[in-house]
Amino acid sequence: MSTIHLKVNGESHTLDLDPATPLLYALSDDLALRGPKFGCGLGQCGACTVIVKGQAIRSCITPVSTVQNTEITTLEGIGTPERPHPIQQAFIDEGAAQCGFCMSGVMLTAKALVDKVPHPSEQLIEQSLAGVLCRCFTHARMMAAIRRYAAGVAK
Amino acid sequence: MNKAFTGDARAALSRRGFLKASGALVVGFSIFDGVEVAQAQFPGPVALSPSLAQLDSWIAIAADGSITAYSGKEELGQGISTAQMQLVAEELSVPFSKVNLIYCDTAYTPDQAYTSGSQSHPANFNKSNLGQAAATAREALFRMASEKLGAPVTALDAADGVIAVRADRSKRVTYGELVGGRKFQLALDPKAKRKDPGEWKILGTPVKRPDLPDIMTGRFEFVHNVRVPEMLHGRVVRPPAVGARVLSVDEASVRDLPGNVKVVVKKDFVGVVAAKPWQAVQAAAKLKVEWSAGTGLPKQAGFAEQLRQQPVRDQFLLDSGDVDQQLKSAASVMKATYFHPYQMHGSVGSSCAVADVRSDGATLWCSTQAVWYQKTTCAMVLGMKPENVRVIFRRGSGCYGLNGADTVTYDAAVLSQAVGKPVRVQLSRKDEMAWENYGNAYLMDERVALDAGGNIVAWDHEVWTPNLGNRPGTGTPGNVITGKLLGFSPDAFTPRSPAPPPGNFNNNSNGMPSYVAGRIGGVNRNTGTVASERVLVHTVASPLWTGPLRSPARLQNTFAHESFLDEIAAKLKADPVEYRLRHLSNPRLRDMVQEAAKAAKWDARPSPNPKRKPTDVASGRGMACVAYERDNGYAAMVLEVEVNQDTGKIAVRRIVVSNDCGPISNPDGLRNQLEGGALQGISRALGEEVTWDDQKVTSVDWRTYHSLPVGIEVPTIECVLVNRPEEEATGAGETSVTIAAAALGNAIFDATGARLRQIPFTPERIKEALATRA
Repeated sequence: MSTIHLKVNGESHTLDLDPATPLLYALSDDLALRGPKFGCGLGQCGACTVIVKGQAIRSCITPVSTVQNTEITTLEGIGTPERPHPIQQAFIDEGAAQCGFCMSGVMLTAKALVDKVPHPSEQLIEQSLAGVLCRCFTHARMMAAIRRYAAGVAK
Repeated sequence: MNKAFTGDARAALSRRGFLKASGALVVGFSIFDGVEVAQAQFPGPVALSPSLAQLDSWIAIAADGSITAYSGKEELGQGISTAQMQLVAEELSVPFSKVNLIYCDTAYTPDQAYTSGSQSHPANFNKSNLGQAAATAREALFRMASEKLGAPVTALDAADGVIAVRADRSKRVTYGELVGGRKFQLALDPKAKRKDPGEWKILGTPVKRPDLPDIMTGRFEFVHNVRVPEMLHGRVVRPPAVGARVLSVDEASVRDLPGNVKVVVKKDFVGVVAAKPWQAVQAAAKLKVEWSAGTGLPKQAGFAEQLRQQPVRDQFLLDSGDVDQQLKSAASVMKATYFHPYQMHGSVGSSCAVADVRSDGATLWCSTQAVWYQKTTCAMVLGMKPENVRVIFRRGSGCYGLNGADTVTYDAAVLSQAVGKPVRVQLSRKDEMAWENYGNAYLMDERVALDAGGNIVAWDHEVWTPNLGNRPGTGTPGNVITGKLLGFSPDAFTPRSPAPPPGNFNNNSNGMPSYVAGRIGGVNRNTGTVASERVLVHTVASPLWTGPLRSPARLQNTFAHESFLDEIAAKLKADPVEYRLRHLSNPRLRDMVQEAAKAAKWDARPSPNPKRKPTDVASGRGMACVAYERDNGYAAMVLEVEVNQDTGKIAVRRIVVSNDCGPISNPDGLRNQLEGGALQGISRALGEEVTWDDQKVTSVDWRTYHSLPVGIEVPTIECVLVNRPEEEATGAGETSVTIAAAALGNAIFDATGARLRQIPFTPERIKEALATRA
């Protein structure tokens, strides 16, 4: 075990953890965050996605030791139910979920893309989500929500 | 803001106050750590679920007029909790925001068995259960108001939870004043008048799901987020091969690992418990277990045809007795064989449960579709009395049927009992995928007799389907892997042949094609015209676990029926829509076929497209339809596709789906189900297949089991919603998924002249079909 310093959603935390512990376990267990979720533990589905240095990364395969003292943003870090982030508002407005388990992967991946490329083409959006799964297949609404969000950012 | 019951488990344990008096069970909400917390008040713990026949089991009204409804039908992501709140708000004439809903907690809610099989809409929106309870409450409130205001019931009306004299609105009384905090003490009145759909203001409108803001901002509590005081983390160690048994476990192999690791072994069940989840993961990986050799699996290559050689348990769904004669005397006979593989539920989040098992009782938080059956079967697993087990539903990742939710609840319960502390277990991706109860494989022979005019005069459908396990039901924990490892047996397989004569009409499996008459007892009960008909089901023992997966049997049978109908129409050079209508008698199904064709601007002509090109990219359109379970929803789909004839790659461009589920309770929720179902059906048709070697399942992650990702060129999906307020409510969550594969296969045939009879339609299979097409 070692002392690990994490900066999550603007707050600093000091944890006593095995440095090899995947970031996801620190976020969902030690910090009791509900946004990032364990889907596969293999970096294959996206449910555990968080944003680090502007990149959407898979927290289930990222050792905590590699993201110390770096700002980590989870789905709850970008907005609240009362004041959702514009991409969250777009997903609410489009009703773009069924079970809702996959939202971190879909929304944070799309947000990271639009942050970098404010006018993404359809192909670029599709490419960025090629490794994200939604088994309820709410794809059509998700794409509509991402387009709606990107259009708002571009204004 | 109203909430479906999504209470925080930590808060529920520490803050739930029980009202000691005879008060009604009502729920209030408060803000706790930024999370909305439900605090239930209840007279006390109960051994049995509240009676379905009593109004107080369904509806409670608080002094402030807020309404709490109880339901035995749970939210799985399909939107039914929103629709149920709309139903209660509508019947009671209160704003949607005044209704709270608690579902599927064995201590509080009426026992409505499973949430499955497209049964929630029919169960709670027709003349019984929740809808009828709300109507009974409304009439009771009117009677009380009549007495209080000294005016006849007919002189009163209700709005926003207030009943007033129509002619003098100063004479008014609120629901809270009439009954707030007290029980109705009335039986459900089957004659209580329901609101005329023409008057609906809330039901039938696209009310937004109130859970979405929490979900979208990462605040929603899934079962995966349940945390209770002193909770430890468990991990199971499953056998390395099917049928392998524990020979020995070396507890010393994990003794020095951090986390105060405990090893739990019961017969062939092996698990570990540690302080933290990552410690449990590592302990499970390092634990030395010696296993016996597995019992072996049959070769996957040739598996389909091998099904014909197995011992069978036979059942006739239909047998008019003259099919062989008709086939002999027919002008022509057509036949074809189709195969549908085992497929997975493949929940995006692996299954999870939290169990707190004490010597005097157990509490389980889980996402089972059957909390009451989990209560009885988990009691068996724990050796406890069912009345001492409480099961609380918490939403999981979308399940689409019997995923790992039931088995992981047993895992958590057994580990918690062994260590005497609450234990949370979330399965690894591999443990979820290697051992779930897969959707059944189906080998299907279709055969028809045609007369000289090209009409179908006899239809013969014969299937072989392997089966092992099922939902645990009331007393069979061995129907899922954990129960089996603990020494319980699955439902026995008992060969039986020949089949006894068919019993009462039952087309719940859609074993009968829509085009047959379903004549039993001298009455045509199905949706078609073909009167010479036979449907024979051979169940065989399965080497892999099986259980209901969205549209079980209905999807597989419909893939064969709707593909074959298309083959017949093509052979006769008939338009596939016109040929369907020629053999359909049911007006609601006929309407769906016509509505979808109209919306898609169907180009009436035979398939394949006479203008098709033999190379490059070819386009085509296909149709399929279903009367789901004969009378539980009607739908048709037109699908447009592009086929790259060089690579075998498929691009679905457009899907038009028509649907009739009786009265539409929430059109946006309905669209969401139809859209998601259609695309899930496409994913299942294009890539999904369980694979195995001679010892074990090999499709154990998302590299080896192929689900369409979000990042695809998503087709346009158009829904034609046909509202029939005069009819009974039916299911709607399994119609579009049922017809997608056939609509796709028919569209590929239209584009290319190549017929696909085996799912999934991989590029290799498509190229093979292109190379061998007529």
